[in-house]
Amino acid sequence: MSILVDRETRVVVQGITGRDGAFHAGQMADYGTQVTSGVTPGKGGMKTDDGIPVFDTVRQAVDETGANTSVIYVPARFAADAICEAADAGIQLVVCVTEGIPVKDMVLVLPYLRERNTRLIGPNCPGIISPGKTKVGIMPGEIHMEGPVGVVSRSGTLTYEVVHHLSQSGLGQSTCIGIGGDPIIGTNFLDALELFREDDETEAVVLIGEIGGSDEEEAADVIARGYPKKVVSFIAGRTAPRGKRMGHAGAIVTGGKGTAEEKIAAFKKAGVDVAETPAQIATFVKGLLS
Amino acid sequence: MKIHEADARRIFSRHGLPVPPSELIVSADQAKAAAEELGCPVVVKAQVLVGGRGKAGGVKLAATPAEAAEKAESMLGMEIKGLTVEKILIAKAVEIEHELYAGIVIDRRSRKPLMMVSAAGGIDIEEVARTSPEKIMKVIIDPLWGIMPFQLRQLQSFLSGEREVARQIGEALKQLYEAFMAVDASLAEINPLVISPEGKVWAIDAKINIDDNGLYRRSELSELRDESAEDQGETEARKNDLSFVKLDGSIGCIVNGAGLAMATMDMIKHYGAKPANFLDIGGSSSPQKVLAAMRIILRDEKVKSILINIFGGITRCDDVAQGIIDAKKELGIDVPLIVRLTGTNEERALKMLEDTDLITAASMDEGVEKAIEASRS
Repeated sequence: MSILVDRETRVVVQGITGRDGAFHAGQMADYGTQVTSGVTPGKGGMKTDDGIPVFDTVRQAVDETGANTSVIYVPARFAADAICEAADAGIQLVVCVTEGIPVKDMVLVLPYLRERNTRLIGPNCPGIISPGKTKVGIMPGEIHMEGPVGVVSRSGTLTYEVVHHLSQSGLGQSTCIGIGGDPIIGTNFLDALELFREDDETEAVVLIGEIGGSDEEEAADVIARGYPKKVVSFIAGRTAPRGKRMGHAGAIVTGGKGTAEEKIAAFKKAGVDVAETPAQIATFVKGLLS
Repeated sequence: MKIHEADARRIFSRHGLPVPPSELIVSADQAKAAAEELGCPVVVKAQVLVGGRGKAGGVKLAATPAEAAEKAESMLGMEIKGLTVEKILIAKAVEIEHELYAGIVIDRRSRKPLMMVSAAGGIDIEEVARTSPEKIMKVIIDPLWGIMPFQLRQLQSFLSGEREVARQIGEALKQLYEAFMAVDASLAEINPLVISPEGKVWAIDAKINIDDNGLYRRSELSELRDESAEDQGETEARKNDLSFVKLDGSIGCIVNGAGLAMATMDMIKHYGAKPANFLDIGGSSSPQKVLAAMRIILRDEKVKSILINIFGGITRCDDVAQGIIDAKKELGIDVPLIVRLTGTNEERALKMLEDTDLITAASMDEGVEKAIEASRS
């Protein structure tokens, strides 16, 4: 098993004729993902170089190809509209890679999705992959391998670094979710932990957090109350100065809140091993699973 | 993006908030003229983008125009937390009976705007939240409805028992919310919101932070950015679409991705040294971006070595390698460069770097250790 995406996942790529959309549609198809269709308003009727049909609207793509999952590569100013369009067309899972969406847009998008029972991953995220089955996003597929470790992270390349170490240590992954670096996101650590809780294949969860907000502390609370899988965590930003935004819109310590120290302390209190370096994560997971 | 008090006051006024009249000045003569026009007493307020300017001597009361000129004179050119005072706001003073606090942020937990008020205003609200949380009331705002009348009634009656004063407070809070939404703010704050002895409500300070991601549709606000308050490197980084934060260590870092960039800094500390900066070159990075990144980092003379840590996904390692080669040629770099490249087009990149004097590393740990070693030799 895996969570949220598997071999049955049928993907529609919003923004498929753009540079990133076109490239990653091809990469996903190469990985084995069922990329059924793409959407670019005004370009309906054409096919991409990889032979993927393009539609003007998500609704047409769903009707014609049975897509059930969307991945979004459209520019930030059109992204909120694109997310809502997918939900309106009945898509149950939307993965938004786009970075730079105004927070105010996300505040309005999320209630819209809730009414339609659509789950959003992101925005500003690398997407989700169930190794050996399907990938929906931009992560390099070849560093992953199938196995028992669930990974959830606010970061992109840091997740690749961690997954690389896991795979090199012979620790495959059930599903890896990049939840995104923005302050307002559709799926948070708690949601991911609940999904992994029910997944038979997942034996351990790696949680990669960073400074800003209190999602990590809330996840630690849930784990402390009793979580059936082993958890290892890592928090980026121990050396980050206060009040400065560290690349991600959500990675900022404001008013002394959201520091790495607080998050690390919360996890330790919950009995979670906190790695000092990305390489150490694999060592800890190996220890817990042997 | 932070904006100056004078600009925030203008935005508040536009939405009807009761802001005392004021003038922005740059010389003692102008201060005198402004004080004469506004009528004394006036408050002389340094316009710097840092908190705690009152304690640092950046806010003073003046009873006469001559005194306003004198205080402005001593304040102009003064340094507050590393920033030079270049502009001063002369504002009509208001008599204060009570000081309140009102602010709005986007609450990450509820994913909605959150308004927070307190009867203990004029001081650090985070301190109030820590020591006496009962003095604070919070309401979460439904973005579809906006702040609702019943919420305003709750807040205003929490802040004042006098009906007419409470009515004015409710009106001001509504206008604060409208201003917050209108400019894509990430924070809007009045500290303090004051009640005068006659029972009139005034917003005597104004703070607004704007969501950078919303600026594309608020071009008039982009002009309010004060680059003099930024580190020169941060300004140059923003123009090159890089994300940079200056720190005070000796090892420069160029990394793709914010999380990996933070983890790289943390690892430098873990191995016993200090990072000189945070620098994320972003996803689809071109050789030009790497070149710009090098230029920014090399401006800091404390930098003794530079670590380039790339885990290629969208970022292509050969693009980065080209950038490094170009930078070496163009900038005549004499500090050691340590390069760790993994992922997309890694082999091609390493081949390109073969005939150079760059130090390569096979892993992040190795790269960090080599960068520290190189910085000490």
